[in-house]
Amino acid sequence: MSSTNERQTPNGGLTFFAKSQLLSADDVARGLKRMAHEIVERNESLDDVVIIGLQTGGKPFAERIVELLRDISKSEVPMGMLDVSFYRDDLSLHPVAKSAQTIIDVDLTGKTVILVDDVLYTGRTIRASFNALSDYGRPKAIQLCVMVDRGHRELPIRPDFVGKNLPTSEVEAIVANLEGVWIGEKK
Amino acid sequence: MTNYVLRQGLVHSASSQEIADVLIVDGKIAQIAKKIDAPSGTVEIDTKDCWVGPGFVDIHTHLREPGREEAETIESGALAALMGGYTAIVAMPNTEPALDNVALVSYVLDKGARTPIDVAVAGAITQGRKGELLAPMAEMAELGVRLFTDDGTGVQSPSLMRRALSYAKPLGVTLAQHCEDEDLAGGGSMNEGEYSAKLGLIGRPALAEELMLLRDLELVKLTGAKMHFLHMSTQNSIALITAAKKAGLPVTFEIAPHHFTLDESACSDFDALFKVHPPLRTKADVASLRDALRDGLVDAVATDHAPHAPELKDLAFDEAPAGMLGLEHAASLTVDAIGDANSSRFFEVMSRGPARIAQLRHSDVRIRHSAQGGDLVVGEDANLVVFDPSAKYVVDRDQLHSRSTNTPYHGRELRGKARVTIAKGRAFNEQGEIA
Amino acid sequence: MITSIRGGNLLSLNNVSKEAILEVLDTAESFVEVNKRTIKKVPALKGRVVASLFFEESTRTRLSFETAAKRLSADVLSLAVASSSVKKGESLRDTISTIDALGIDAVVMRHQSSGAALQVSRYVPHVHVLNAGDGQHQHPTQGLLDTFTVRQVLAEQRGTTGLESGAELFQGLRVLIVGDIRHSRVARSDIAAYAALGAEVRIAGPGTLLPSSLEGWPVTVVDDFDEALAWADVVGLLRLQKERGTGSFVPGLGEFTQSFGLTLERQKLLKPSALIMHPGPMNRGVEIDSRVADSSQAIIERQVTNGVPVRMAALYLTIAGTSEGSDND
Repeated sequence: MSSTNERQTPNGGLTFFAKSQLLSADDVARGLKRMAHEIVERNESLDDVVIIGLQTGGKPFAERIVELLRDISKSEVPMGMLDVSFYRDDLSLHPVAKSAQTIIDVDLTGKTVILVDDVLYTGRTIRASFNALSDYGRPKAIQLCVMVDRGHRELPIRPDFVGKNLPTSEVEAIVANLEGVWIGEKK
Repeated sequence: MTNYVLRQGLVHSASSQEIADVLIVDGKIAQIAKKIDAPSGTVEIDTKDCWVGPGFVDIHTHLREPGREEAETIESGALAALMGGYTAIVAMPNTEPALDNVALVSYVLDKGARTPIDVAVAGAITQGRKGELLAPMAEMAELGVRLFTDDGTGVQSPSLMRRALSYAKPLGVTLAQHCEDEDLAGGGSMNEGEYSAKLGLIGRPALAEELMLLRDLELVKLTGAKMHFLHMSTQNSIALITAAKKAGLPVTFEIAPHHFTLDESACSDFDALFKVHPPLRTKADVASLRDALRDGLVDAVATDHAPHAPELKDLAFDEAPAGMLGLEHAASLTVDAIGDANSSRFFEVMSRGPARIAQLRHSDVRIRHSAQGGDLVVGEDANLVVFDPSAKYVVDRDQLHSRSTNTPYHGRELRGKARVTIAKGRAFNEQGEIA
Repeated sequence: MITSIRGGNLLSLNNVSKEAILEVLDTAESFVEVNKRTIKKVPALKGRVVASLFFEESTRTRLSFETAAKRLSADVLSLAVASSSVKKGESLRDTISTIDALGIDAVVMRHQSSGAALQVSRYVPHVHVLNAGDGQHQHPTQGLLDTFTVRQVLAEQRGTTGLESGAELFQGLRVLIVGDIRHSRVARSDIAAYAALGAEVRIAGPGTLLPSSLEGWPVTVVDDFDEALAWADVVGLLRLQKERGTGSFVPGLGEFTQSFGLTLERQKLLKPSALIMHPGPMNRGVEIDSRVADSSQAIIERQVTNGVPVRMAALYLTIAGTSEGSDND
């Protein structure tokens, strides 16, 4: 990403052309660290917390959050991965993602689930993830942690932890990973 | 009767080909000459750049009357033939019931006589085409039947076939065989080989055809009776029968346009339009049939025109009936195989050869048959075709004159078309009778 | 060459690319996870209608497909045509048009005639057609679930997962398919799938039960069955289809078992790691000894289990799949 400004999107098909970099790798690292602290402050104990990364963009952020929580609180927070492809309400609009595994080894009943994703946009992925999570138990609470909130919500969904608010136009595309955040377009 | 003069076509008479005019008066060919001053009132037909020759003769037409009139009637089949350039056809006996007696043959002859063309009949060799008891061939021969066949299937029993040949010989008729040993071919729905194995369809091996051909050639040798072999489809069959003819056996054979145009790969999409017996064969077989046609080894091209109602061709491949339409496109496909430089060979296989085999020539006098085919002779009945070898068209199954639509050539561009067909002295084109 | 079944049909595995097969196998891995949950259901095909149309009865395949469809939340219209008023001889077009008129998204079809599913796909081009076995032609989901099962087991043995191994485990894999190849749609689909994934396929059976032509088949015929057993990594047995008139192709079941049955004695010739497969239903004591079928080398039950996730993947990819691009959110 840093060497080229073209990349394949996870779903294949379209290619992302970066126009400019909005956040550096350092900015991302700082944002993650801040969010990890906020998670610790918000939750009295981490004993009942489970981090769930949304496939595929949320996965690296979730892994990093788990590491940071380990550093901060010296406790090992369980982590899972959730692919919501089969729960989407807009399958006809989206191609089937090259399927990413769902791995959730813990019963979520009574847990506080922290969903982690890269970019929050319309909110439909999050809505689908609520349906999916309910098949794994009845969490006590669900909190949402995103690296970038780019606005344009289509559903009443609000994140609990935000790395950076980046108002964008709907024609633009955002790519976020541990190396930075870029704005550009998909063709 | 309307009189016609055909202007400046390439006229194929028995002995020559030349650019000439043909005058038709009172249904007979009155004159063939470089330039004819036609009397006033004669209808002029421009035949420039066309071949003018004897009307085509199909010795292998399945009309579905009686029994399956929803697929084809004698009238609709005759019209399809007329539009394909045919002035005479031989109706095959596998109707329901089969044409195995005088009453049924008379029925078809009488109805055929009301069509513009000459409809002859092939009678069944065995009663009900069941392959068990001989049909009354002598009685049918008296009505003018000159070909007998159980086509649809071959006569399976060698002893019965031997008796049939012995019985037919003094009657002056010809037995025609659909060569396929049902024991070997039984249950099959396409050629046995690469494609049948891949598609999981039971195959009808080439051997089923060749084995019966071999058997019958020996029976001809034994009995001395004449025999005609229907729709020969394999390289080996052509070789076997060509050798037998060289050895002097009184045998003839035909090939069908689909067998020299389409190969077994056409069945890959399981479209029952391509199901036919004998089946479409290998590419090598197709090539050898085309070679045989060009080399003048073939006695006749015959359509095996086999109409089927659309719902039957919508059955699964192995359940659907075999057979495809042929009359309206056979001439185009034959020109394609022979090449347009060889028009005399074209008329040999489309008109003269078949007329000879079915005894439909002027010299073959028969009761209840006034028309004659096979040649252009001054003084004889006018049965001609004006064929434009360069006319291109795209086959449209919804524009056919047959009552059925089961052509395998839908959407295909073909070249060569009968512009005008003159049958028993009446000229027709796509718009109807020219008067 | 079909490079993906997304948004399309699943009629045959001939001319289906390695990538397309892997896409189904990989998607099926996700559905294995769904099938392990307490709530074995996802809403992926909610509101979609899948008709299951079995002209030839097959309780196993029908149940497997219908379970798959239901776990994707599709509505299932189950028509046991074999026992209904639709009899042999009704035009396929009429049957499918009637069902299409009820409003369906996909049809899962079993038919006794080769090519029937392909024909139906021509009559209703807007409906996704999944072939659940047509005559002696193809049984694509069986080929997919067999390769899926082999990959799953081999991956486990090597401490990896099917998803991670991709097609790697098939490189040079030695597959021996035994028995009535001639009449078997399973064999035709299996051979296509294994060959596409890079395996080496050999076949063994009495001369009368081999295909009439092997032109274009990516297989070799073994001369010595016992040697081939020692060679194989996977042995795929086929059902001797007595109901298809195999009777006149072999002198008797006893002689078939003598020559090509996987008996206890022959099992000893196998490598200890070799896998034994059978698409079912088995003729125990004919193509396979009962004790061999129940031995640890046999992975026959896993084939049955995997039928559901593989068929979920096939239904999901064909019905929900589009080839268009999308945006993230």
